Amino acid sequence: MSDFWAMGGYAWYVWGSYGVTTLVLVLEVIALRRRAREAKT
Amino acid sequence: MKPRHKRLAAIAFGLAALGIATALVLSAFEKNLVFFFTPTQVVANEAPQGRTFRIGGMVQTGSVKREGIEVRFVVTDTAKSIPVVYSGALPDLFREGKGVVAQGQLGADGVFRAREVLAKHDENYMPPEAAHAVEKAQKTLQLK
Amino acid sequence: MKWFWYASPQTFYPLAGRIARWSALGAAVLAVCGLYIGFFVAPTDAQQGEAYRIIFIHVPAAWMSMFIYVVMAVWSALCLALNTRLSGMMAAALAPTGALFTFIALWTGSLWGKPTWGTYWVWDARLTSELILLFLYLGFIALRASIDDPRRADRAAAVLAVVGVVNVPIIYYSVQWWNTLHQGASVSLTRAPSMAATMLTGMLVMALAFWLYAIAVSMVRVRCIIRERGE
Repeated sequence: MSDFWAMGGYAWYVWGSYGVTTLVLVLEVIALRRRAREAKT
Repeated sequence: MKPRHKRLAAIAFGLAALGIATALVLSAFEKNLVFFFTPTQVVANEAPQGRTFRIGGMVQTGSVKREGIEVRFVVTDTAKSIPVVYSGALPDLFREGKGVVAQGQLGADGVFRAREVLAKHDENYMPPEAAHAVEKAQKTLQLK
Repeated sequence: MKWFWYASPQTFYPLAGRIARWSALGAAVLAVCGLYIGFFVAPTDAQQGEAYRIIFIHVPAAWMSMFIYVVMAVWSALCLALNTRLSGMMAAALAPTGALFTFIALWTGSLWGKPTWGTYWVWDARLTSELILLFLYLGFIALRASIDDPRRADRAAAVLAVVGVVNVPIIYYSVQWWNTLHQGASVSLTRAPSMAATMLTGMLVMALAFWLYAIAVSMVRVRCIIRERGE
């Protein structure tokens, strides 16, 4: 399992990519939900 | 912030973004569209003289020699080749027979002194076993 | 006739809601499948080792950044030509998501470039033109925000979007037209892909997931815009 997280020594690059992508998409969904709630009132 | 100020700020931001974009386009078109010169172009004196530029090509098989911290190798485009000397860390994908882009200056002795070496890999993705098979097939082809 | 019926924001509103729900569900399912294939089924790459696994988000995000821009430009052209209300709203709803995918493509590309090429960034034609795409998206968003009257904002931003579309073929063909550090396309319509089958499958599944995500998000956003404008 730790082999998997190490990504053959490329952990920072691979997880940095996937992590930021996930973060950005989650933030977009949160912001949009807030906007939808405000638009309804 | 007043709506009018907000609008002005937004216009200023928009103009700034557009200005930066235009500046980038112009500088890109001016010098970076020719991202690198091939050894053939360098031999034909098409590369800028006495200025920093990039050369690109393949690392000639069997040409890589390490002398302490210095690395010497030959960049070739199969027609012409340029010897390169470089001291520093090489990227993981720097390999003999693979693509390379080096930035630096051409010395009077015809040796390219690189300050930065980048690997230019190809667009093929395959598992190691397949790569070995391809390599083997190419070798048998050459033997014939 | 149905198309014209849906071209009015009020009738489009409930349809957009339904499309958003199903697309979101599809995106979630496909993302799980794509990530599973990408990390557990696809083999290690012979040249790059595990670092190549960034491809499963980098290439789909880069495709989306260009595709969303083209769709946005088409809606903008419709807005200018027919002056329909919905087209300007659709273009406005797509821009933030397009900008995000452009950012993701640049970010992941940078993190992929460091271990493979040896640098986070170079000013080659591919990277520079993709950065210009990000500025086009930001310019579009800023221009809309700077004009209070929504209909006038739609039209002004539409002009920018339509003019900027010339950048998309420049991005796509940059690796063929000029010497770049960025390698050529592994997948194109004109020849067989130069990738192992499982790697290709993972990438295409992720591309489909991003596609459905973009549809879901832009549909929710267009509903917000319709409500905010009091339609």
